[in-house]
Amino acid sequence: MNDIAPPRTNPFAADKILSAATQFLVVAAVLTGGYMLFVTTQGNLEARHIESGFTFLGHEAGFPIGDSLISFEASDSYGRAFVVGVINTFYVSVLSIIGATVVGVIMGVAQVSHNWLIAKLAEIYVEIMRNIPLLLTLLFVYGVVLAGLPSVRRSFEMFTGGYLNQRGLYLPRPLPLDGFGFVLAAALIALIGAVALIIWARRHHDRTGVAVPSVRIGFAMIIGLPVLTYFVVGAPLDWELPALKGFNFKGGLVFRPEFAALLLGLVVYRGAFIAENVRSGIQAVGKGQREAAAAVGLAPGRTMQLVVLPQALRTIIPSTTNDYASLVKDSSLAVAIGYPDMVSVGGTMIGQNGQAIEVIGMWMAIYLAINLVVSLLMNWANLKAQLVER
Amino acid sequence: MTTQPQDTVISMQGVHKWFGDFHVLKNIDLEVKQGERIVICGPSGSGKSTLIRCINRLEEHQRGRIVVNGTELTSDTKNIEKTRRDVGMVFQHFNLFPHLTILENLALAPIWVRKIPRKEAEAMAMTYLERVDIAEQAGKYPGQLSGGQQQRVAIARSLCMNPSVMLFDEPTSALDPEMIKEVLDVMVELAEEGMTMLCVTHEMGFAKSVANRVIFMDFGEIVEQNDPHNFFNNPKMDRTQLFLSQILSH
Amino acid sequence: MAEVFVAAPDLPPPPSTVGVIGWLRENLFKGWFNSTLTVLAVAFLAYAVPPLVSWFLIDATFIGDAETCRAAGGACWSFIGAEFKLFMVGTYPNEATWRALLSGVMLVVLFVATARHMMSPLVAAILWLLLPIPVYWLLGGGFGLEPVEPSRWGGLMLTLLLAVIGVVVSVPLGVLLALGRRSRFIAIKSLSIGIIELVRGVPMITILFMATIMLPFFLPEGVELGVLHRVQIGIIIFSSAYMAEVVRGGLQGVDKSQHEAAAALGLRGWHTTVFIVLPQALRDVLPPLIGRCIALLKDTSLVIIVGLLDFLGIAKAASQDPAWLGFDAEAFVFCAAIYWTLCFSLSRYGRSLERRGHGAFRD
Repeated sequence: MNDIAPPRTNPFAADKILSAATQFLVVAAVLTGGYMLFVTTQGNLEARHIESGFTFLGHEAGFPIGDSLISFEASDSYGRAFVVGVINTFYVSVLSIIGATVVGVIMGVAQVSHNWLIAKLAEIYVEIMRNIPLLLTLLFVYGVVLAGLPSVRRSFEMFTGGYLNQRGLYLPRPLPLDGFGFVLAAALIALIGAVALIIWARRHHDRTGVAVPSVRIGFAMIIGLPVLTYFVVGAPLDWELPALKGFNFKGGLVFRPEFAALLLGLVVYRGAFIAENVRSGIQAVGKGQREAAAAVGLAPGRTMQLVVLPQALRTIIPSTTNDYASLVKDSSLAVAIGYPDMVSVGGTMIGQNGQAIEVIGMWMAIYLAINLVVSLLMNWANLKAQLVER
Repeated sequence: MTTQPQDTVISMQGVHKWFGDFHVLKNIDLEVKQGERIVICGPSGSGKSTLIRCINRLEEHQRGRIVVNGTELTSDTKNIEKTRRDVGMVFQHFNLFPHLTILENLALAPIWVRKIPRKEAEAMAMTYLERVDIAEQAGKYPGQLSGGQQQRVAIARSLCMNPSVMLFDEPTSALDPEMIKEVLDVMVELAEEGMTMLCVTHEMGFAKSVANRVIFMDFGEIVEQNDPHNFFNNPKMDRTQLFLSQILSH
Repeated sequence: MAEVFVAAPDLPPPPSTVGVIGWLRENLFKGWFNSTLTVLAVAFLAYAVPPLVSWFLIDATFIGDAETCRAAGGACWSFIGAEFKLFMVGTYPNEATWRALLSGVMLVVLFVATARHMMSPLVAAILWLLLPIPVYWLLGGGFGLEPVEPSRWGGLMLTLLLAVIGVVVSVPLGVLLALGRRSRFIAIKSLSIGIIELVRGVPMITILFMATIMLPFFLPEGVELGVLHRVQIGIIIFSSAYMAEVVRGGLQGVDKSQHEAAAALGLRGWHTTVFIVLPQALRDVLPPLIGRCIALLKDTSLVIIVGLLDFLGIAKAASQDPAWLGFDAEAFVFCAAIYWTLCFSLSRYGRSLERRGHGAFRD
């Protein structure tokens, strides 16, 4: 009996031609459109005497930046200015992620509390902040709250040698002296020690059933050992105190109102969204789980640690990573209150030399890179979080 | 610790419970002796689940006394935790911990409540898994098991804490018919080994073959209780007769 | 002969477990940790609420001028009353305000009619898609109406315009992008994915900058596009990418069996998609779609950065008015109250849809 050969696919079949033609048309349309766009744009740019290319990044910026983590003068280049902006974006993003997470976890747990008052207050906070635009909150914090600060001459003096006024929060800047290296070494030793302790405690618990509060001891070590070393070595820190010179304070650490307002606004806004994630994650863990844990004798704290939280985190982590990505994008609102983040600085640059396409391109490249990293993290977290099912 | 065969394990005296204004348990008096197997039946809403959930304080009673193995159940957390160590519960919807393997599900409480070292706890868990005939699934997760398998694991999980009483809250109601038998078989074996059991169930065959007392509840009260033979053949109360006629007609 | 069972009477629960006392014990004072929290919370409220109440109501001025307000010390609500038209329609000419009002009424009527299912979903969709036409005519003028420059459109009217047009145009575009993303043609698929990921990966403000600054570069000589229209385009682009992801979720959620059933009936590829899959997908994702509408309403507030005076923009600008200096807080609070009411109502509506079974996880 002969094997019947499978039917030969006809490369000239009607629907194959149709699909190939459609793809070809689409690609052709996009390419043609792209080319026409390119030509028009060239013409427009020339007509307005706008340069193209990235050479402008080497030119002198000509504008100061009020709040920078690295040194910057008006005579520095555009490139350096942009870098300052990018650093600021990262700086405020990281801090606001930490802050929003803390606020979100507290408010999320509060919403599921048995205490009616605490739960209601948390609920009110979340429902208000989620339904008001971030920009409004930001402008309110900047314009109303911070405007309530005293003028420079009438600065509010704090006992640590710090000053609070409309221009910012001024704190003494620590200057490490000889011997500070010991404190840093102590911190490192404490960190390693804490990790080792936690690992040992787990093994010990597995072997003997005795639970040692290693996390708490570890924390105490990480904080306590460096502090102890600091005093033993003779307090090797000098302080640069802010001092009033003319119309402003000079020296010390400065936290500008723009930065504070942006940080506060971002934390308060995103914190509400993270709170919702935490709340729904915890509530999604069914009542039966808690009952089964209780029925088998687990105390409420252990139930939370071993049964509820691991399950809740499976939904909380992916949605919260989303919120982190949004936070980074939200930091661009700095442009509305004058904090020099990437968008603020870029906007100033466009205003000066008109090279919008290049600057916007740089923005997009950096934000997309950040997004890619966050996406990868989210996919990894998602994979880890899947419950094994049949 | 040895207990005399006739020791009272659970004692409920004049127990009342309300859900808000709804009077769900009315004046419950119940004595359960060591080794007794009690089936509680009744229409839905009669308070049967609530009754056994009061025994391990998943529900709080508002009036009366509940004493389990000499410890009175009050709002004192020490008493509650002691009681929960002594009393095992099997739920209608199994409630296995989905993020842990079967072995970890069983070993969790012995490790964290009885403070037993991990290796010992896991070895003990394996013996119980063997007892309910499911040892080969030890490394799997609950989501990979069938309903009947999960319920057997749930029974083993409760047994790992060496309870003196086992409470069953409609253990087979959520199972497909072909899986009910495998769970009932385990419960029968437990009964034959002398475990004190309170079982809320609709499985009247189980009641007839295994129970030594059947309690009928309606509207929050114990209407009638008797040994199975007299309960099913000579029910005294009109309510009981009505109920039996309804459930035994098909 | 059976005994008649006499049921015991229902008794009232012990007083300490119900009523006010029982509620307090259960909810506020269960255990020392909770009790401490309650005490702290009450202390905080006692500290924060009275000054707020006196600012909002007791010391507030409801009628009067700036002098009266400053003298009273509380909130100056008469400022809002005096500048109400500004907040609502910006610098829109007074004699034409009725047109803005009419547009608003049309919007509300259409929304209520849609929510109450007074017409089939298809008719509703068509009406929504056609809504921009009469609205632009009423607001912009021409063809018998006195023209009004878009630069004079402002306030809440502008916010709603940007948001509604944004949603109405971005949903169909989002559907196209979502379908494109699922296409078997590599070219279309890559293009769709590229657009969606690019737009979703960057902040809205960069899209707005792109639209306002870069778009003129792309236009041929002589073609002018006003700021308002450029911003609207930017908003539409931004929203479409997010709508596309929502729709994609819905498309993925439609059971495979639907495709199989349609194929068994002999329906071809795009017929299945348009007539069977898409309607179900859209109905399934109605709640998240509403969520996107709420987000867009909030996001339109960013247009102040590119120079448009929307509701938030007016609030900020109005407090710089020399006649009413120093009342920023009142302006922002009023603005926040309106935004909150709109967003909260929409979110309530979305939740009621979910409960009524429009979500993807309904039984």
